[in-house]
Amino acid sequence: MTTHDESTLYTVTVFSENHVGLLNQLSIIFTRRCLNIESISASTCSIPGVHKIVITCHSSQSMMDKVIGQIEKRIDVIKAFYFTDDEIVYQEVALYKVPTPVMLRENHVEEIIRRHNARILEITPEYTVIEKTGHYSETEELFRELQRYELKQFMRSGRVAVTRSPIEHVDNFLNQRLTNEY
Amino acid sequence: MSDKITGAEALVRGLIAEHVDRVFGYPGGYIIPVFDTLYDYTDRITNVLTRHEQGAIHAAQGYARTSHRPGVVIATSGPAATNLITGLSDAMMDSTPLVVITGQAPASMLGTDAFQETDVMGITQPIAKWSYQIRHADKVAWALARAFHIASTGRPGPVVLDFTKDAQIQLTDRAYEPCRFIRSYIPKPTPAEADIALAAEMINRASRPMILAGQGITIAEAEQALKALAEKAHIPVAATLLGLSVLPSSHPLFKGMLGMHGNIGPNINTNRADLIIAIGMRFDDRVTGVTESYAPQARILHIDIDRSEFNKNIRAHATVHGDAREVLEALLPLVKPARHDEWVRSFDRHNTIEHENVDTTAAYGTDPTKAPTMGEVARKVSEAAGAGAILVTDVGQNQMLSARYFRYTSPRSIVTSGGLGTMGFGLPAAIGAKMGAPERPVCLFTGDGGLQMTVQELGTIMQYGTAVKIILLNNNFLGNVRQWQALFFNGRFSQTPMLNPDFKTLAASYGIPAEDVATRGELQCAITRMMEHDGPYLLNINIDPADMVFPMTPVGKPVDYIMLNPSDVYQPLPDIS
Repeated sequence: MTTHDESTLYTVTVFSENHVGLLNQLSIIFTRRCLNIESISASTCSIPGVHKIVITCHSSQSMMDKVIGQIEKRIDVIKAFYFTDDEIVYQEVALYKVPTPVMLRENHVEEIIRRHNARILEITPEYTVIEKTGHYSETEELFRELQRYELKQFMRSGRVAVTRSPIEHVDNFLNQRLTNEY
Repeated sequence: MSDKITGAEALVRGLIAEHVDRVFGYPGGYIIPVFDTLYDYTDRITNVLTRHEQGAIHAAQGYARTSHRPGVVIATSGPAATNLITGLSDAMMDSTPLVVITGQAPASMLGTDAFQETDVMGITQPIAKWSYQIRHADKVAWALARAFHIASTGRPGPVVLDFTKDAQIQLTDRAYEPCRFIRSYIPKPTPAEADIALAAEMINRASRPMILAGQGITIAEAEQALKALAEKAHIPVAATLLGLSVLPSSHPLFKGMLGMHGNIGPNINTNRADLIIAIGMRFDDRVTGVTESYAPQARILHIDIDRSEFNKNIRAHATVHGDAREVLEALLPLVKPARHDEWVRSFDRHNTIEHENVDTTAAYGTDPTKAPTMGEVARKVSEAAGAGAILVTDVGQNQMLSARYFRYTSPRSIVTSGGLGTMGFGLPAAIGAKMGAPERPVCLFTGDGGLQMTVQELGTIMQYGTAVKIILLNNNFLGNVRQWQALFFNGRFSQTPMLNPDFKTLAASYGIPAEDVATRGELQCAITRMMEHDGPYLLNINIDPADMVFPMTPVGKPVDYIMLNPSDVYQPLPDIS
């Protein structure tokens, strides 16, 4: 993951029809503008039939205005927004796999798991899988600590996010449109 | 079972329901069922068999631009689909409505590198307004209806339907219903009243206002509304390349073309105006020159149907998001009658100097034994073509000179590749343009380079007898690149000289009458014979390779830095402002 100097991390939220190739339509817009996608998550959302995609990237506000304009121009996109971190509630989940013998040998590990509010998902004689949900800095901190204990695998999810705004802009937009097609 | 039809039949019935009577197509393996169905409907739909799929799509573009209907292209998969890419990209840049149907391998074979399979969705998504793969006959009617709606509304553009072979032969009972609504797509946004009010106030307060007219006006059929507004508030109008012919060239408020090879008046005055009213245009870099020094004295009012154009290249002080015609009609009653006589006249003074320097017999020379200049040819052909003529161009010097000096008398009179700058566009686009407006004379200006990129379409002209007048400005060079090499690369003519065929003989082999015009003395009579001939005609006109397009604003310079010739930059007199 790279960061652009003097730029902000933006969270782009796209509400779209669930059509094949939608992700490609979005990613090429970032590619054209040489924007590195930091993370990406896609799922259904609270509105039946509507797909929600959350993309994070470092950029400037003027660039985000242009990117959002070009995303919304795609026919299959219903609405797109961008947010800074203070406007949303967001989380990421990370999984860490460490050798169980190391866990048993080093009693620090248990203390680390407690301190980070992480939890153990699975233990076998060979390995232990730990899960931590939080902000990037939190899952990153645990990652750094566990690296000292022969960490075998690590994976962090894309960001999931909901807005702090009391207004549900997409709901309002869709209510204004007659949904006679579906 | 009896009322079920094949996917191919559903497609053709859908085309008929959309009032399509002409398509531009080329058959091949995975689209044979569609052409087989078209065979039953030859009395309803004419297919124009071009000689290459690129020719088909450029012809469809020309057709769409002159007929104001979506152009329909039908081709097979794989190489045919990839041959369409240039035209798709061109149509996307120039907002041309197209419905492009490509054959595809059967759904079960997708992703297997099947014969003539290519990833049409992946390739076309960046350069199409919408791409959709039809994998079942039941989806044909739905997808085609959406395709026509999307292509022809809002800011128009090309739509791709990738039609698998199995879906073409499957049976369906879905009837065609035109699409009028897509919940995620607002083709005609309602302009905000507050934005209209602010725009009117800006216009009423301006003392040096100027309209930059783009193709959005043509697409919205807003020519009358533009004329009314310009006349009421006495605002000079300049056009982008694609915006040409929104006002007749003879209209006293029409002041010429913008940009790199535009007229002097509008380019100089862009940087003197106090209000720029940009309508249905996108501040292309060929229009603005260096953006940092663009229109420094002006407030920018941007009117467009595509919100993503706002603040993309030039920051606007105010925007109105809507259809050009609706916005202009809403503005008209709010705009106060005004006079800006001195400001309007200042354009003419600059343009007169341009005229004296590059566009008079003094500038052309009068020696009847010398080759004519490109500007001279453009003027003479335009005069001979008369009212209602349509100019089609290829790309390069032929394009800039003919676009600038052609005299437009009615709307939709120019077909040219503006955004993408596609050499090879001209000849097939001219064929489509003529088919889209058969009652109007169509004059194609092309060069020896661009003509040879799609020269095989002479065969299409032969087959359909399309009465295109081809004016070939032949300098045996890739002239526009040569011009840059002469001006900015120390005259190092790297890979620009061309050894050309005998174009007259080439045309003759396709049964197209042609003449060589070596000198100025032969020009006028040859043009007259061409225009009087009832059918296609080619003039192979000898042009001096040293003939260049001026005025010119070089890349990296402000829009008011204008070269009059290789050594002189235009210096407006202090009293002209």
